[in-house]
Amino acid sequence: MTDKPGYRRPQAGTQPEYLHPPYQSTNLRSPSKPLVFLPHSLSEITGPTIGADRIEEQDNDLTAQHSGEPLGERIIIHGRVLDENGLPVPGILVEIWQANAAGRYAHARDLHDAPLDPNFTGTGRTVTDADGWYQFQTIKPGAYPWGNHHNAWRPAHIHFSLFGPSILTRLVTQMYFPGDPLLAYDPIYNCVPDTSAKERLIASFDLEKTIPSYALGYRWDIVLRGREATPMEK
Amino acid sequence: MTLNATTSHTVGPYYHIGLTWLNREDLTVAQTLGERVAITGQVVDGNGDFVNDAMLEVWQANAAGKYDHPEDDQDKPLDPNFEGFGRVPVDAEGRFRFTTIKPGTVEGLKGTTQAPHLVVLVFARGLVKHLLTRIYFDGEPANVADPLLECVPAERRGTLLAKQDAAGVYQWNVILQGTDAETVFFDY
Repeated sequence: MTDKPGYRRPQAGTQPEYLHPPYQSTNLRSPSKPLVFLPHSLSEITGPTIGADRIEEQDNDLTAQHSGEPLGERIIIHGRVLDENGLPVPGILVEIWQANAAGRYAHARDLHDAPLDPNFTGTGRTVTDADGWYQFQTIKPGAYPWGNHHNAWRPAHIHFSLFGPSILTRLVTQMYFPGDPLLAYDPIYNCVPDTSAKERLIASFDLEKTIPSYALGYRWDIVLRGREATPMEK
Repeated sequence: MTLNATTSHTVGPYYHIGLTWLNREDLTVAQTLGERVAITGQVVDGNGDFVNDAMLEVWQANAAGKYDHPEDDQDKPLDPNFEGFGRVPVDAEGRFRFTTIKPGTVEGLKGTTQAPHLVVLVFARGLVKHLLTRIYFDGEPANVADPLLECVPAERRGTLLAKQDAAGVYQWNVILQGTDAETVFFDY
């Protein structure tokens, strides 16, 4: 039987190295030995299919999960999930989580001295539609301090987790907001050298998506790995 | 059109907020076909300290060696009672434990046969990109001809083998960094 095509390997500089010393938690958690090259077999070009049957309709509205409205600037985030070949990726799970407007996570381990919001959990999920589009309604998260170095602050961000058609398209990343002065100082945002790769993590303001007198719109497209045209010889 | 995949970033320490809803520590239901196996272990860092904010995701074939996925066109039966995916948390001491079935052998590249194995993704604060490794089963005869194990330096292969303890539970640790026993991770 002819082998099926695998997935494209990352363009240099667009994906992080495991050891990134400015982000201190990488120092003891990054492998020290060489990675072993993995040819893409059936075990890698397959993966879990977690679809709309596990999602409730309101799961993509983080402002409607409690009896009252959360505090903060109401926003709509939407965008398209494409693969590296430019094709939309329909029907895949997108999970998000984030801090509240004050920069505090509803998490027992977050000890930042900022108020919790009883009307905000910060959890959302959805499935991309037939053309790869997703959408969330939420509030803009606040920046928050962390212990990485003196006076370290994370820029406002939303965590995204995506599956895609195979285990190789699994992606966990973070979305940022335009014009944030903290981006320049953030060792996580700056974990890759490629400037355009970094800038693609920043959503753009979307006036057309903005709902008058209600919520600001942002657009953020996400790209998952794409298949090779032919099986890889290695 | 050629695009580049979006840059990966760490799940951070608070991923539970968004991800634990999908946790599954038992991949089977009563009707699932195959030999039940329990796999347990601990995630530890380069100092040997446990990692209490890691998470594993597991992907595997069913007992017949068939993946529940459209790309798998092997002539083998699907098991309607087995999906093959699990999201497995760690506890306050970095320990995980999950129950599944031992998968069958799976077709490999170039006409080879892959020994029973699980694909494992490791997520944690400090992992800017998730790690990918595999669990094989110690003592499994098919291991000797597995095409991927052959690519792993012989002295490191043991890190991919889950070993049964006296109670029959498979023990397998994730050593993120270490001079001797560091787990083999793959460039995927």
